[in-house]
Amino acid sequence: MADGLLSLDDLAVHFKVGNALGGGIKTLKAVDGVTLDVKPGECLGLVGESGCGKSTLALAIMGLLPPTRGTIGIDGQQISGNTPPDRMRMARTVQMVFQDPYASLNPRQTVRRTLADPLRLHGVTDKAEVEARVIDMMAKVGLRPEQADRYPHEFSGGQRQRIGIARALILKPKLVLCDEPVSALDVSIRAQIINLLLELKDEMGLAYIMISHDLGVVEHVSDRVAVMYLGRIVEQGGWQEIFENPRHPYTRALIAAIPDPFHRAAISADAKARGEIASALNPPSGCHFNPRCPLKADICTAEYPAFGEVSPGHRAACHFRDRVG
Amino acid sequence: MTTPLLKVENLRIALAGDGVTYNAVENVSFEIGRGEAFGLVGESGCGKSITALSVMGLLRRPLSLAGGKIVLDGQEIQNVSAAEMRRLRGKRIAMIFQEPMTALNPLSPVGRQIAEMFVLHQGASWNEAMDRAEDALRQVRVPSPERRIRDYPHQLSGGMRQRVMIAIALACGPDLLVADEPTTALDVTVQAEIIDLMAELCAAKGTAVLMISHDLGLVANMCKRVAVMYAGRIVESQVADSIFARPSHPYTQGLIDSLPRLGERAKRGRQKLREISGVVPSIANYPPGCRFNPRCPAVTDICRTVVPEATPLPAEGLVRCHHHG
Amino acid sequence: MSRALKLPRLRLKGGASLWVGGGLVAIAISSAILAPWIALTDPVLDANLMNAEIPPCWEFPFGTDAQGRDIYSRIVWGARVSLSVGIISQICNSLIGVTLGLTAGYWGGWWDDLVSGLTNLMLAIPSLVFALAIMAILGPGLVSLVIALGLTSWSYSCRIARAQVLSLKSQGYIQAARILGYGDLRIMFTQILPNILGPLIVIATLGMGGAILSEAALSFLGLGIRPPFPSWGSMLSEARDQITTAPWLSVFPGLAIFFTVLGLNLLGDGLRDYLDPQSTTRRG
Repeated sequence: MADGLLSLDDLAVHFKVGNALGGGIKTLKAVDGVTLDVKPGECLGLVGESGCGKSTLALAIMGLLPPTRGTIGIDGQQISGNTPPDRMRMARTVQMVFQDPYASLNPRQTVRRTLADPLRLHGVTDKAEVEARVIDMMAKVGLRPEQADRYPHEFSGGQRQRIGIARALILKPKLVLCDEPVSALDVSIRAQIINLLLELKDEMGLAYIMISHDLGVVEHVSDRVAVMYLGRIVEQGGWQEIFENPRHPYTRALIAAIPDPFHRAAISADAKARGEIASALNPPSGCHFNPRCPLKADICTAEYPAFGEVSPGHRAACHFRDRVG
Repeated sequence: MTTPLLKVENLRIALAGDGVTYNAVENVSFEIGRGEAFGLVGESGCGKSITALSVMGLLRRPLSLAGGKIVLDGQEIQNVSAAEMRRLRGKRIAMIFQEPMTALNPLSPVGRQIAEMFVLHQGASWNEAMDRAEDALRQVRVPSPERRIRDYPHQLSGGMRQRVMIAIALACGPDLLVADEPTTALDVTVQAEIIDLMAELCAAKGTAVLMISHDLGLVANMCKRVAVMYAGRIVESQVADSIFARPSHPYTQGLIDSLPRLGERAKRGRQKLREISGVVPSIANYPPGCRFNPRCPAVTDICRTVVPEATPLPAEGLVRCHHHG
Repeated sequence: MSRALKLPRLRLKGGASLWVGGGLVAIAISSAILAPWIALTDPVLDANLMNAEIPPCWEFPFGTDAQGRDIYSRIVWGARVSLSVGIISQICNSLIGVTLGLTAGYWGGWWDDLVSGLTNLMLAIPSLVFALAIMAILGPGLVSLVIALGLTSWSYSCRIARAQVLSLKSQGYIQAARILGYGDLRIMFTQILPNILGPLIVIATLGMGGAILSEAALSFLGLGIRPPFPSWGSMLSEARDQITTAPWLSVFPGLAIFFTVLGLNLLGDGLRDYLDPQSTTRRG
């Protein structure tokens, strides 16, 4: 896609695990053939359970893990296994908000230093300009100027997450990858952070990749949604298609699993998945979801389903995508 | 009216700090009937987990029981000896934790850890106990229990470990199961299965449940009655269904309103989430009067000075708010 | 609450350990610097067998040794040797150990294997034996003593630094720094090092005491400071035989070592607390 801000083409990240002496070397296909794109100003929700490869995918997008296969195109820059990213240019294009606001801030740096150092590193040398941009960014995320000289431990979890967001935005990136940005926060604080992220998106024209297991949050913020299972995208489409007309049994199981008393009867209990996600070291043959799938048939163990179109822009990797629901 | 299985009356838990003693929990009262599932909901630091620990007799310094009564089946247990409490635990009351890996002995096969309960509390022989452990694993739907019985905890997935914890907890048919965030560390689809399993087994055995969670939706799904805690006090307690339909305390109302709810966006488009302003107070800074007053949209002068009394609600519910009704 | 749960340790309230430790170390350093003025006699030349082995008295506050030299003056002069050996050699050790440990932990791979192998080798062979070998090549003297001790006991700080880096490496703020375009060295020295300084300072101050004691051992073997020039270590080892007949010969150099090492340890503790933004002593 030419107009894409981010485009992943058949991206794979594999790891070698084990050693040659004991049991032999195995390949862990953490991400295995992901094709995705994010347009400027768009929010893509990325949903999946632990072990599905979304963290590895995030690190690859941030340029911290080299692709084993395929390419990552970010704002005109092509990254592949042979061409490592230009880290300085990447830094001004794509940034990240972390899950844990406690571990993601350097305990020995004041807010001012956390925000000013990256600016200086990227060539903003004028003292007054650095100061102005730091204070301006703090104001944008709802922090007062007099808090600039405080250390992270003097802030609550929600405020720390605001600092983390400010750090991600200080270089004015185009894409921000939010990795479970509210799941480590107190429940009564989450709405503040979600609202803040959405405001900043409009104000600064940002695109987001929102990684979350909380489907309520994903539905609220996303324009499009991708569902990941064992290293692959199993369903992708506009938020309304994914939540109102899910075609992959795994997406349906995720929705059915939500303990929401207002939504209890929306999808019947027979959509629930059995068991747990398999190891990416030893994925099931055929469709990776087949051992847990309520619709399992012979074909599901024989071949991996095509990522076929349900309607324009809505794809699902299920042999029964036209019959589900 | 029959006597309740567990009656907690005016519970007060003290936290000894640097020369000062704080009340981490105060004036907490609730009752759980035989076979009833009761939920305690609140954010981190609200005192829900230490309330559970006090019921188990597991409070350790700097926490201590400073007042109130805990009555199990007509017997006051807040002052019984450590030896007597050990006999009660496992036999009459059992507990499961958020992270099963830390609660299981990593050096002992899981079958042995289940069997130990039968040997310790029911005087069974090891052979007999191992047979019963296999049955117990089958009951919690661990696949091929005859093999799994010899596995060590690290060989099992998170969901399987939590099943083993449930098997251990329910081994001796306790009257009360205390479940502290039993599914927080698990994936959503696994969480749904574990909750169903717990609900089903407890119903079959007539075991009452005290469930602790930060997730109001989850608790409301599993429990008949729910109490909401904020900053060490119960602010509202109601029948689970009506707490969503008619939340009576502004905090409960705020919690329910502040979370994006699945399906909401399709119905009404994207609305800005209603935030609860401010931060969760830390124990050293609890405000006087109603502790929610700095964050409450309906705050008036009386809220800042006078601790609200409990106002009864239908079906033995209660709310502590000056502005109720 | 976290402060209350800390392990019991010799710990003075508030900033006291910083002041007491700093004071003790300051006394030792100033006596080393001011030795020519505060010594009562010349430590080497003023031997007088008429005054041999006099217990502490008004004229000789710490007594005299078998050659009749004033112990007080010898301790004051000896501070020069002991402190320069202890402090300079430990600075060398820390620089080597921290640099190797940081880079090995951060980069991993073959470099880590190499450094870890080297560290294990250094730990397997007693550092004193290593120092002996180096001294044998360089010949005795103060400079070679510092070099020998400064090259041979970096393995502890290296291991500690490496282990700390491994536990910090996956923290969000390290990843954030990489994402912001920080180079590896900048991350190691601005993001990681300040956060692992605490244990490293403790190790370094402990090592200074160890170096002062190693100096004693090497001097005793005739490889360190040549008699008759004084160092605390050589004084201590010379006094060994007279510990029952003339205890002051060993007690006063021993006390000098004891208070200096104690001072260094308290200073290390105090510094660690002072450098920690979460500690209350900083603003108290």
